[in-house]
Amino acid sequence: MNLNDVLTASRASRDWTPLVDLIPYARFLNMRIEVKGDQFGASLPFDQKLIGNPVLPALHGGAIGGFLECTGLFYLLWHMDSADLPKTINFSFEFLRSGRPEDVYANVFMVKQGQRVAHLRIEAWQSSPDKPIAIGHGNFMLKPATVSEGSP
Amino acid sequence: MPEQSLADELVVQKWQQITVISPYSRELGLTLHSVQPEWCVIKVPYEERLIGNPKTRVIHGGVITALLDSCYGLAIFVRMNKLRGMATLDLRIDYLKPATPGRDILGGAVCYKLNNELAFVRGCAYHDTPDDPIATSAAIFMFTGGPVISLEEAFKA
Repeated sequence: MNLNDVLTASRASRDWTPLVDLIPYARFLNMRIEVKGDQFGASLPFDQKLIGNPVLPALHGGAIGGFLECTGLFYLLWHMDSADLPKTINFSFEFLRSGRPEDVYANVFMVKQGQRVAHLRIEAWQSSPDKPIAIGHGNFMLKPATVSEGSP
Repeated sequence: MPEQSLADELVVQKWQQITVISPYSRELGLTLHSVQPEWCVIKVPYEERLIGNPKTRVIHGGVITALLDSCYGLAIFVRMNKLRGMATLDLRIDYLKPATPGRDILGGAVCYKLNNELAFVRGCAYHDTPDDPIATSAAIFMFTGGPVISLEEAFKA
């Protein structure tokens, strides 16, 4: 099944698991997507393998970072009619609080949607969305759905 | 790459134990490649489950984030010659080109400024040479509380 078919099916069924399953790394993280009305959300269920500092213990910055980047890409797939996965141009992470060994949630804010590039802010939180544990900012190159593959 | 001496190899083995203290690093299969104060290198093996784009089979950027984050921690410890609690404050990555499917990725890092509170690092991800990077990156780490552990103590454990 290709990305377009899965997107169409997920939109209809409101079950986004097949979309997550399509991206091996997202499945490896075991992340979830939940869409309520026009609210897009993602979550990362806690798993021992996500720990970076076993002494504290705290989640690995790279695990939180990977989750934020995946969330941004899924948000763009959901939000736009992308025929292909957008490409991350760059990404910045601010780590504000140590990630406790619990589930992580993420909210996405479209800062700017351009023709070619979208800029997103993605906030990861645990106890409350008012207390983000990390914020990601990223520029993503969009691939317009009308351009067929191979054309300039 | 020049052949490593036995002493160098022992150092790498010891630092490898510290690299895999983190469960997430173990899960990704990170292994130490080389340890020099001016350039610490960690390798992440190509694995199906780390693919970010099923069509191109390129490894997900999140894996490179984790790889570089781990390299930074290592580069700071190597520069200090001791272990100290710390947390990533800020990390940025520019993706210059996709990684080649099927190939392992190396992450290299250096700690170029260190004071009592902060460590500034930069690094990149590549296949063959840092001159032809897949991604370039910089980060700032902040030291946290907790004991300072000497290398002798850490290597003993």
